[in-house]
Amino acid sequence: MTLTETRTDAVAPSASAAPRRQADAPALFEADDISIAFGGIKAVDGVTFDVAAGEIFAIVGPNGAGKSTIFNLISRIYEPTGGRLTFQGQDITNVPPHTIARRGIARTFQNIELFEHATVLDNLLIGRHCRAKPNIFAEMLFTPGVRRRELEHREAVEEVIDFLDLANYRDQRISGLPYGVRKVVELARALCARPKLLLLDEPASGLNTEETEEVAFWIDDIKNDLGITVIMIEHDMSLVSAVSNRVLALNNGRTLALGTPSEVQSNPAVIEAYLGGEAP
Amino acid sequence: MELLQLLVGGVAQGCVYGLIALGFVLIYKATEMVNFAQGDLMMLGSFVALTFIGTMGMNYWLGLLVAALAMAVFGYLLDAIVLRRIIGQPQFAVVILTISIGFLFRSAAGFIWGHETQNFPETPFTNRVIDAGGVILSLEHLSIIAGTLILAGLLYLFFNFTRLGNAMQAASQNQLAAYYMGVPVKHINSLIWALSAIVATIAGVLFAPVSLVDPSNGFYGIKAFAAAVIGGFGSLIGTVLGGLIIGVSETMAARYLPPGFKEIVAYLIMLGVLIVRPHGLFSTLQRKKV
Amino acid sequence: MRILFKTSYLDDIRLFQHSGQVFWYGLLTVGLLLAPFVLGDFYVGELSYVFVLAIAGVGLMLLIGYTGLVSLGHGAFMAIGAYTNTYLITKGVPFLIAFPAAGLAALLAGVLIAVPANRMTGIYLAIATLAFSQIVEQLVIRWESVTRGFQGMPVPAPELFGHALARPWEFYYFCLAVLILVVLAAINLTRSPTGRAMVAIRDSEISAQSLGVNLVQYKTIAFALSAGITGLGGALLGHKMRFISPDAFNILLSIQLLLMVVVGGLGSIHGAILGAIFVGGLPQAIALMRDYLPPTIARTPGLEPGLFGVVMVSVVLFEPLGIYGRWLKIKAFFDYFPIYRRATFKRQRSYLKTERVR
Repeated sequence: MTLTETRTDAVAPSASAAPRRQADAPALFEADDISIAFGGIKAVDGVTFDVAAGEIFAIVGPNGAGKSTIFNLISRIYEPTGGRLTFQGQDITNVPPHTIARRGIARTFQNIELFEHATVLDNLLIGRHCRAKPNIFAEMLFTPGVRRRELEHREAVEEVIDFLDLANYRDQRISGLPYGVRKVVELARALCARPKLLLLDEPASGLNTEETEEVAFWIDDIKNDLGITVIMIEHDMSLVSAVSNRVLALNNGRTLALGTPSEVQSNPAVIEAYLGGEAP
Repeated sequence: MELLQLLVGGVAQGCVYGLIALGFVLIYKATEMVNFAQGDLMMLGSFVALTFIGTMGMNYWLGLLVAALAMAVFGYLLDAIVLRRIIGQPQFAVVILTISIGFLFRSAAGFIWGHETQNFPETPFTNRVIDAGGVILSLEHLSIIAGTLILAGLLYLFFNFTRLGNAMQAASQNQLAAYYMGVPVKHINSLIWALSAIVATIAGVLFAPVSLVDPSNGFYGIKAFAAAVIGGFGSLIGTVLGGLIIGVSETMAARYLPPGFKEIVAYLIMLGVLIVRPHGLFSTLQRKKV
Repeated sequence: MRILFKTSYLDDIRLFQHSGQVFWYGLLTVGLLLAPFVLGDFYVGELSYVFVLAIAGVGLMLLIGYTGLVSLGHGAFMAIGAYTNTYLITKGVPFLIAFPAAGLAALLAGVLIAVPANRMTGIYLAIATLAFSQIVEQLVIRWESVTRGFQGMPVPAPELFGHALARPWEFYYFCLAVLILVVLAAINLTRSPTGRAMVAIRDSEISAQSLGVNLVQYKTIAFALSAGITGLGGALLGHKMRFISPDAFNILLSIQLLLMVVVGGLGSIHGAILGAIFVGGLPQAIALMRDYLPPTIARTPGLEPGLFGVVMVSVVLFEPLGIYGRWLKIKAFFDYFPIYRRATFKRQRSYLKTERVR
């Protein structure tokens, strides 16, 4: 049994138990005092958290709390004005944005950013980009090597298609797909990158109850079967408490609370931020 | 002395670029469409004025007014009938559409008025000069500058102190919100097209005695782009300033630099600006939100 | 309707999806190979002109249709290709070296323009490429020691292994060969990671980047390849015209190229070629039409650009997918007859996609 497996087993808790991350196990991802300001307004202000391998970590908060901004900081779309991001012990605060995927971080977007005019299959194949080593001259000749690698990518993609049950949509264009399917395709595309850490931006928004339950199962499977650590932003507290181990609550870019779902839900500051009234 | 004379010529030329660019910017701010046919609107405006003043023998000022009104109606209909249909399509479609409309205008002008360059009839400013202490300034140039100043002032007053102007500003900042607040956004957008057609016509008429009237005058629009880009496709003042920068440097390049630089100095400045500020000098444009 | 039974992943990356395609493309190839035996010199020449346009069109299609970067200045790359080729040949360089060198020169120019272009988006990029083409045009006019300015340069017939391709059918076969190679390379690219990365950039830069696509690198590749292929087209255009001068490569050429890819259908190689047939054939169609038009209209010099304008406006308004898109619809109609739904290709209506941050 290898060391990593041991750690995954030790930390992977069932949703009901949800213990704190052990202080001795090194974190997979750490955000240390990160901040970003847009024209004087601090969208994220000194937020610190860490995520252990095998954990499902949720970020909650009202609109404009800075949740998506944190994701955009992790994917390096924004330059942080302060703080440090660490992934697998490496500082990723200032690496070029396109290297994030190869390091093992994949994400979805709040407003679905799929490649509209391509098929589902092509979208998923683009998800493999960070695992491909394109050689443009070989590709123009479509050498046997290129053909072989294409088949390998295709097999990897088909695994994900099986996993998320997308076979029916394989050859359809995104622009003709219903919203719920698009959400799944975007999740699939992120999985095709074979990430170690998956960032899900509101995976259940716009979905009905059944679809939300399905998403909950998938997130569980992603953690348990694929061994992928998940950070998700979510409004649906029932989904958050069903799947996540720990929750970070934000308001106005600052940390309100950090702990198990029940701890956070009963935190007076969180209740006040959500209901705008006095805590009971 | 020579420098001063050159400068006045350059500023006048720059004012024309600035006015065409104003048309771009008005439309861009309101609808996020970039109208590649703005230069051709100016060309059409000057031909229409030529018809009223030259062929029909109207008084210069009356002819200018009638031409501006006719072009305003034309601009309104252009948006209402053609351009409104492609709102929501990618910007690329708009680019192609307006380029093609420009082509259409050019050949339509050729059909109607012929492809030869025509002289503009005598205006109150023709062949008159002011001798300001040894500096000979042509009244035609001065009229362009004065016209631009007046027009810019009127636009400023219009946008800041009239109901319609305020509604236009509101619509250009957030169409959806403006719509919910009861601003008739479609109508307003067409009015903006009408307004920019008026600006183009005035530019065309002021410029016509200097440039003469020709169907290919629309190509001045390309240089006006440089002005709009330098101005950042945003503020009206920045745009006019951008026009002045282009006009003056072009005149200077014609005098002091080897041949050929006059034609490209505008683009060189623009590329320089774009390299330093990829979104223009005074721009508020930012990355799309995800 | 043909139902494909796929048994291997290879079925999806094959050049031809089924035997019907093999048959039709084979028939087309045979037809094109036999054409010079049937057609007169004039039509053979016109066909080679279409091939030349198609080569440039494939180049522009990679940039606009696949990567989503608009260029309003691709005529400049044709000029660079044509002048490099002609200059080298007049200096005694064999055609077989001068021709690829022309493509290479245009490719390098593409890299050059990509450096600032990579930082721009949308409309700024379009305007910058327009400015670039104006600068190149002035360069061609003024750099008389190389280009002979407005005087222009005669272009000798291309020479292969000591044999001049002087007759129309010889040049025809050469253009056809180049076109086929260019199309194959482009198709191969679009079914490989590089082509997919380009499509990704076109549809969503932000998620392309988050999936590991290096935006700067791939945009530069797209510009370079597109410019290089267009440059090859330019070199051949010079040979076709036998004489090059600055006004052959002005903004109208750039607009013609744009017209080709738009009318043909953005985002497909088919579109580039159908567009080339359209643009190459339009002057002939107009010439035929002239006989039936009143002379005052038929004689007007602005007729051709005006018609281009009308066609482009109608395509953008009524058939944004171009000729190829229309073909797909017709094909789908018969494939699914009688259950074809009009809404099959209907796009979701999207209101004012803003790029501004509020």
